[in-house]
Amino acid sequence: MTEVTIDKAEDKVNEITEKKKRPRRKRREGTLARREAIAGYLFVLPWVIGVIAFLIMPLSNSFQYALANIKMTPKGRIISFVGYQNFTQIWFEDASFPTTIWGYVLNTLLSVPVIVVFALIIAMLLNDKIKLKGMFRLIFFLPVIVVSGPVMGMLADQGAATVPSMNVTLITGLLEGVLPGSLVTAISSLFENMIMILWYSGVQILIFLSALQKIDTTLYEAAKIDGGSGWECFWKITLPTIKPMLLLNAVYTVIFLSNNEQNSIIVMIQDAMFAASQGYGYASAMAWLYSVVVTLLVAVVAIVLMTRKDAYDRQVAKMKRKHRKDAREVRKIRRRNRRNEGKIASTTR
Amino acid sequence: MKGKSQAQLDRLKRYLSHPSVNKEKIRKFFLGSKEKNGFIKQLIVYGLLICIGFVYLYPMLYMVSKSMMDLDDLLDTSISWIPSTFNVSNFTQAATAMNYVKTLFQSILVAGLPTLLNVTVCSVIGYGFARFEFRGKKIMMGLLIFSFILPPQITMMPTYVMFSDYGLVGTLKAFLIPSLFGQGLKCQIFILIFYQFFRQVPKVLIEAAQIDGAGYFKSFLRIALPSAAPAILTVFLFSLVWYWNESYLTELYVTGIANKTQMGSLSTLVVQLKNFATSYSSAQYTGGVTQNNNESIQMAATLLSILPVLIMYFILQRNFVESIDRTGITGE
Repeated sequence: MTEVTIDKAEDKVNEITEKKKRPRRKRREGTLARREAIAGYLFVLPWVIGVIAFLIMPLSNSFQYALANIKMTPKGRIISFVGYQNFTQIWFEDASFPTTIWGYVLNTLLSVPVIVVFALIIAMLLNDKIKLKGMFRLIFFLPVIVVSGPVMGMLADQGAATVPSMNVTLITGLLEGVLPGSLVTAISSLFENMIMILWYSGVQILIFLSALQKIDTTLYEAAKIDGGSGWECFWKITLPTIKPMLLLNAVYTVIFLSNNEQNSIIVMIQDAMFAASQGYGYASAMAWLYSVVVTLLVAVVAIVLMTRKDAYDRQVAKMKRKHRKDAREVRKIRRRNRRNEGKIASTTR
Repeated sequence: MKGKSQAQLDRLKRYLSHPSVNKEKIRKFFLGSKEKNGFIKQLIVYGLLICIGFVYLYPMLYMVSKSMMDLDDLLDTSISWIPSTFNVSNFTQAATAMNYVKTLFQSILVAGLPTLLNVTVCSVIGYGFARFEFRGKKIMMGLLIFSFILPPQITMMPTYVMFSDYGLVGTLKAFLIPSLFGQGLKCQIFILIFYQFFRQVPKVLIEAAQIDGAGYFKSFLRIALPSAAPAILTVFLFSLVWYWNESYLTELYVTGIANKTQMGSLSTLVVQLKNFATSYSSAQYTGGVTQNNNESIQMAATLLSILPVLIMYFILQRNFVESIDRTGITGE
């Protein structure tokens, strides 16, 4: 009885392991491959040096600064280690930083969908067969060329950043009854700087446009033959196809908004850097906190828009799981066999 | 007479029985058919495009219109768009205050030299990533993306300290040295553009060159680089525009914000615009300008500072917009 089961198990083991038994020779790198690799290293060498000198070293220095108090004296810098005091000071004693950063998070979370949806709409309009396509593209891309901190500041000061004849106070008044205060200010500032926000969508429009142009038109024809309307085509064909671009654009927008000179936190950091009472250490701590927040925002956006696995991917994952399970079973059976063989040997002796 | 009217009547009858404009045609005209979009849809599309286009252009139009107004026009509430006289004095005042000609050349220098370096270095690095396989490439690419996401403020302070230790702050070298090592302004994007582009260059072509005796660098210079003209153009234009518009880092590194006494050694138009109020009042003090600062002059200064890039954009706009498509910035 036991021998029968052992035989069966052995068969199964052979069956499963047969696939893996293909001879896999470890290929050694030839001289050509090695020479190519060396050439590759030489080509990217400037970048590697740059990363070490301008990314990794400053990063570690900045971390060191963040935990220290730096005094500038005529003799040089005096760095005294103070631990996490900078952070506690920023977070608990300075009222301005937490409120500013909270406002920034709200603003970004509100404007990213606006920018991305708006860019998508314009890209779809431009993707239609229209006349003067070149001229419209010229207009929508123009802001990318002129947008810069001082120019935006000048225009915003003059009130050129609001859509004319849009009554912001009315909208604010309406919202105040329904929503909490901080959200209302964020939304009203969104409306106030509507044009500026629209101006940030130039690159995104182009990215969407080139993605839209690459969609296979036969898909739409097939859908139309099956009686799909334009609305259905958008949700079932256009949107799933350009979903990776949606993610790309959203992340790009978050980064753009965060690293923008108009951003009040960036101005704050710079001010703190040269302020007598605060200095480099304080500013570094601020920058670290800020970059953590930005990274979190990027992560949130990425998770929300991450492409879900389609049926094929799910199948692959399932098969992989099954293989792993099989392999585990094989190991188990082998172990049992060995044990049983030992037992049989001992009993026959 | 009677015959004529009879003929007319006949025509009318024929027309009524087979009208050239029937219900079907009207429907087709407004709602469209399979081949052609209907009138209503076209109306909506063009209407939307024109409305949004106007909103996009509104600040620019506002700027142009305001910059030409003199003080009377500004105060006159009946004038909102078209100034009563074409007024150039705003521009001359703003130009004197900004020291326009000198600053323009300095801006071209400050934006142009790092851009040239960016193009050269990023193309080499992008080729290295695209063409060769070596250990650690994936980690390096990950680091590249990471450095794009990271806010520049975090590395700004130590870099500033380093530059000031070596005495680079206040000179153009503070921009040139990072871009020499592929760490200039938004260099990550440029490296990625070149990476995407060089991956599309068939490997066989380069291997053929190598069989004919070209070394790695020669085959890059002779085969890969000439075919990358669109990518080079894209990187050149964007780098130029981004350096031109960068005021924060320029002010920090090149003009030197900490020691104001050194200010003025190198400056750009955008930085001048940022500090326009102070520079205008100092120009007024020395007698360079006569008028008081007002919004017209500010708008004139804004227009003057972006005019060079605007002109470049209108000349090269086709390259600007289409190059993004060709270089595959979107990343397949």
